[in-house]
Amino acid sequence: MLMAKQDTPGKPGNWASGLIFGTAFGFLLHKAGVSDYNVLIGALRLTDLTVIRVIISAILVGSIIIYVLGKFGMVRPHIKPTHYANNIIGGLVFGVGFGLWGYCPGTGAAALGQGSWDAAWGIFGMVIGSYVYALTAPKFIKMASIGERGKLTVPELIHIDPGVYIIITSIIFVLFLMYIP
Amino acid sequence: MKILVVMILLCIPDCVLAAEAGADQMPKHWSPYVSGALIGILAAMTVLISDKPLGISTAYARISGMLGMIFAPGLTKRLEYFKNKKPIIEWEVMLFVGVIIGGFLAAWSGGTIHAQLLPDTWVQRFGADSGTSRIITAIIGGVFLAFGARIAGGCTSGHGISGTMQLSVGSWIAMIFFFIGGMAVAIPLFGR
Repeated sequence: MLMAKQDTPGKPGNWASGLIFGTAFGFLLHKAGVSDYNVLIGALRLTDLTVIRVIISAILVGSIIIYVLGKFGMVRPHIKPTHYANNIIGGLVFGVGFGLWGYCPGTGAAALGQGSWDAAWGIFGMVIGSYVYALTAPKFIKMASIGERGKLTVPELIHIDPGVYIIITSIIFVLFLMYIP
Repeated sequence: MKILVVMILLCIPDCVLAAEAGADQMPKHWSPYVSGALIGILAAMTVLISDKPLGISTAYARISGMLGMIFAPGLTKRLEYFKNKKPIIEWEVMLFVGVIIGGFLAAWSGGTIHAQLLPDTWVQRFGADSGTSRIITAIIGGVFLAFGARIAGGCTSGHGISGTMQLSVGSWIAMIFFFIGGMAVAIPLFGR
């Protein structure tokens, strides 16, 4: 089963595949319209639903593919660990930055490619912020023990078979996409 | 071979959309459902082919470490964080470079390049001569984003797309709080 499989040493990623995937990702972010400041701020003001449509479509399709590939043993799971305190506090801090800059780390890079110079300043800020975090990291690592749950998935949390869970959420996502205005 | 499959997968909707709109009239933007589904396929393909989840925020940390090695090598070498996340060019840094190139290619091919500092929404709210405040807001926003991504363990790509599709509880929580934090800033700033 996908969720129970132990991590094994990974195949090494390489520069060329990173560059190709990045180019495809940036291309799609722009074509989806989500590298546009107005669309992203619209999502946060709840006046533009493009971002939510794109994200839910991506999760819907991606979760099915990952589940099927996992069933055939073709992918190694990369479940991000759950730390309630970090996920909530970090999420809120990230959100404040998202609202101020108006882009997120991926869409901001794509926005720079389309010529939005305000994106370049935010990227500069992210580099500074990353270094400041590295300087202060030991303080935040202590916080990580609060609400630490390891590689926990939603089906594990609510004790349901992951396949059944994927079917139920897929139906919910499709209905959601059909009925949002 | 696997990369070829991905390229073919990405070309199909391109052709479909071009055919729909007429050969000489490519739509400026694609349907959010089609492009979202393609991003979902892409996020699954990075795991299949590169054995990497689609995440980009660590690239910024590595770039900051690389710059740190230039400007303050002694200090940077001592930092525990960079012993784990080595300040080197690797898959994620190349992904970051690719995203910039991809954004350019999409804008260039679609005629949607906007070489501008101030987005329309910003100008409507703060006026056309608010360049300095936009730059300061963007830098401070970037600092918060980087800090938040590091505390939360990922960004809108790593948690919001890749983590959620692998059903991680923490990723779902983080993504919900990304948007709560964002709304808490954007709604007072711009209204609804």
